[in-house]
Amino acid sequence: MDKTINQKAWFLVLPVFAVVAFSAILPLMTVVNYSMQDTFGNNQFFWNGVGWFKELLDPSTDLGGRFLASLGRNLLFSAIILAIEVPLGIVVALSMPREGWTVAVCLVILALPLLIPWNVVGTIWQIFGRPDIGLLGYTLNSLGIDYNYVSNEFDAWATVIVMDVWHWTSLVALLCYAGLKSIPDAYYQAAQIDGASRWAVFKAIQLPKMNRVLLIAVLLRFMDSFMIYTEPFVVTGGGPGNSTTFVSIELVKIALGQFDLGKAAALSLVYNLIILIVCWVFYTVMTNAGAERPEKKGAA
Amino acid sequence: MNTIPGRRIIMVVFLIFLLLPIYWLVNMSFKTNTEIVTTMTLWPHQPTLENYKRIFTDESWYSGYINSLTYVLINTVISIAVALPAAYAFSRYRFLGDKHLFFWLLSNRMAPAAVFALPFFNLYSAINLFDTPWAVALAHCIFNVPLAVWILEGFVSGVPREIDETAFLDGYSFPRFFAKILVPLIASGIGVAAFFCFMFSWVELLLARTLTSVNAKPISAIMTRTVSAAGMDWGLLAAAGVLTIIPGALVIWFVRNYIARGFALGRV
Repeated sequence: MDKTINQKAWFLVLPVFAVVAFSAILPLMTVVNYSMQDTFGNNQFFWNGVGWFKELLDPSTDLGGRFLASLGRNLLFSAIILAIEVPLGIVVALSMPREGWTVAVCLVILALPLLIPWNVVGTIWQIFGRPDIGLLGYTLNSLGIDYNYVSNEFDAWATVIVMDVWHWTSLVALLCYAGLKSIPDAYYQAAQIDGASRWAVFKAIQLPKMNRVLLIAVLLRFMDSFMIYTEPFVVTGGGPGNSTTFVSIELVKIALGQFDLGKAAALSLVYNLIILIVCWVFYTVMTNAGAERPEKKGAA
Repeated sequence: MNTIPGRRIIMVVFLIFLLLPIYWLVNMSFKTNTEIVTTMTLWPHQPTLENYKRIFTDESWYSGYINSLTYVLINTVISIAVALPAAYAFSRYRFLGDKHLFFWLLSNRMAPAAVFALPFFNLYSAINLFDTPWAVALAHCIFNVPLAVWILEGFVSGVPREIDETAFLDGYSFPRFFAKILVPLIASGIGVAAFFCFMFSWVELLLARTLTSVNAKPISAIMTRTVSAAGMDWGLLAAAGVLTIIPGALVIWFVRNYIARGFALGRV
């Protein structure tokens, strides 16, 4: 907190600023430019003002309907995977072995899904879930459950969600584990002397210590699930119908599939704005949580 | 560390859940297509290395791995190089707009790749970098540089300020202090940051695919070619998939002792 004020520090930040500005501001200006124009083709553009934005936010138009539907699906998806991954991640972190070689083995296996390219994750589950050649699909079907993620909406959703849980629960678990590791043994000894129950230890010692990392976990998981593209695209292609078409899939369809630059640009800006707002809320909560900590220590 | 009842069973079940789909992929990669399509076997009954052989001998296949590794390495080097001084600045000094700048960086880490796919295509075509590893490496900087700054800032803050002050009193110039004292002190942090840059650049597909067409095509995009007139070549697809998992697995093994702290982005 006792940082010195030094404007020359800007020179140290300058390279980062240059690199990120080149890849963020420049392309974003193109997007803003497109979002205000329409074209007859042949690179002839004319001013369209806020027309695309009006269409985008009006559910009765084709564009608006598609955008709002995919937004709703995406929010539902994010809510479901957060509701599964956060508690499951905490449980897994609490189940980590205490010491010995098993710790390293568990850590490596946990981290493994995180380093698989996203389309390979999609491929793995596409194969794994197929009724003819996949272990999961084959087993479910021979147990008498009619499972087919290509034609059944519910099965498609279930597959995409289980895939995400498989892919990302480890991230939450590893973050929580890091938080748990930072708790000194003395805390547990004190709890033991006080005769605290396991639940009390969890609530009074472990959960508060994990607060900060959990916040990071929720932020990362929300953001990444909100912009998920590759994995469901590989598995279901957004189908059956449009049932697993999330916002990014819709956007890529409009931008690179139909080459509807104006519509895609307007969608991009609104999409980005939503992310920016959520990000800002988290950032504020996070910095406030950081600032409160020393005060609490002083009071105790 | 205090744990919960039945933790061994929970852990074993979860690990099996993680490994089973990967096992299935490995299993398939050693099978012939006939065996895959006609029978349901839990392990390859007629194990074959044919699928791997094809990947290692066909240039259009293995060049994909080289392309992917090239842009991942370029990206990692750029990200760490520009992020180091910035992390030091954010950790030690207050300056005009520092908080806003930090938030702006963070928000770029969160920006959806789909938003940038089309403008990046235009941008890199305009400056003649399209279909080179540099285009993908620079494009991936948008999320890796902020992440590297974020991780390294946490590690630099763990170095006591007294060390800086003593070094400057001893007559170290700033660049010398940086190279001789600070960098060795946060070596593990640099390793962690490099690991994450590697990871996120390696797993990303949308931008990598959009920014390349022939010469710099990443392996993950080449994989989609296995659909041919004769149907899906499942064994080949599985073998290619397995080979994309291996670099990640190797990297994890090297940083296993720092994984937990690394995933907390140096903030525990």
